[in-house]
Amino acid sequence: MNLKKNWWKIIAVSLIIYTITAGFLGKVPRLPILHETIRNLYFHVTMWFGMMIILLISLVYSIKYLSSQKQEHDIIASEAANAGILLGCLGITTGMIWAKFTWGAYWVNDPKLNGAAVTLLIYFAYLILRGSIEEEQKRAKVSAVYNIFAYVLLLVFLMIWPRMNGVDSLHPGNGGNPAFSSYDLDKNMRWVFYPAIIGWTLIGVWMMTLKVRIRKIQQQLLNN
Amino acid sequence: MLKEIPILIKKELQNEWKQKFSFSGILLYVISTVFVSYLCFKVIENILVWNALFWIIMLFAATNAVAKSFIQESKGRLLYLYTLASPQGIIIAKTIYNALLLSIIGIFNYLFFGLLLGDLVQDKTLFLLTIILGSMGFAIVLTMISAIASKTNNTGSLMAILAFPILIPLLITLIRLSKNALDGLDLSVSYTYIIVLLAINVIVVVLAYLLFPYLWRD
Repeated sequence: MNLKKNWWKIIAVSLIIYTITAGFLGKVPRLPILHETIRNLYFHVTMWFGMMIILLISLVYSIKYLSSQKQEHDIIASEAANAGILLGCLGITTGMIWAKFTWGAYWVNDPKLNGAAVTLLIYFAYLILRGSIEEEQKRAKVSAVYNIFAYVLLLVFLMIWPRMNGVDSLHPGNGGNPAFSSYDLDKNMRWVFYPAIIGWTLIGVWMMTLKVRIRKIQQQLLNN
Repeated sequence: MLKEIPILIKKELQNEWKQKFSFSGILLYVISTVFVSYLCFKVIENILVWNALFWIIMLFAATNAVAKSFIQESKGRLLYLYTLASPQGIIIAKTIYNALLLSIIGIFNYLFFGLLLGDLVQDKTLFLLTIILGSMGFAIVLTMISAIASKTNNTGSLMAILAFPILIPLLITLIRLSKNALDGLDLSVSYTYIIVLLAINVIVVVLAYLLFPYLWRD
């Protein structure tokens, strides 16, 4: 194994192992209602952070594609979107489990949750859009345009919309609710929280690079 | 570009006039949907149901009405158009034209819906404003999406798949605003919703303005 090239993969795996071990066994503040569910901060929140970073990579490569028309950029953009969607699905599942134990239901009608669902629907639509155009260059161009559209709307629906006045949200950090940082009085949770974000992001990037390599090899085989 | 827009809108109007059946088709779509709802419900007294049904009919009518904006024109005519006008001019003209079209459909929908299922609206001015704001929002999102969907093989279903997630937040805000109009609440309660609607519209217009030039040529 080439250590110079693969050091970040080792970091990714160790960070995930650290997150899971310290996330389940470490000390967390004891609070009413939340109790042990506060540990979900290490999984749900960090996965969505990772998703947003990876989808940002996808956005950057879509913009790059529009200015360069290089097929490589399109492949990276689409595989980054795939990895981001996977993290998003995991994040929404962990969030639903948390909601079941804290709010009593897997899904509640809440602007933040609906915004999250809308975001995932937009990205699923991105996949369908890619599937329904045969011609490669046209597919790359049209899906790059939709991807830019999708990311801007993701920011609107996830970050701005739930925080508006007059829109009430139950979700921590929105609608006047305190975010997790205010529960974490001794600031110990951030020793797992930030490494977890980096860990999930790196794992996502790793998956992305693997898929990109496979796609490039397939391309070469087709060309030969 | 500013000079182009009125000419392009006029061209859209003339086009519509030449193909009167497509506009009548959408009106007939609204009539039959409202009539089906009438046969199912007879009279609606519940404000929430009235509101939801009205906007769902509006959503589907709008999707169908705008879906044709890039498909109806033949490849040759689009090519000719692209040599004459700037892409920004084309998308803005089409959006303005669609907003006008949807406002007319919205008002028609309201008249016919109120006639058959009962008119529950207390604040008519605010409701009219909601219809116009909603038509603007629908037109802006759907015109851009129809440009994207027209490049694919299955335009019809992709139009819905691509547009509905983007339209959901718009629709929820519209439904809240129009519920205020139905209840006849004071206008000051509704300012937030109006601002949210305008903000979403502005964001999508800017995106469409920036991105359409990459999309228009095959």
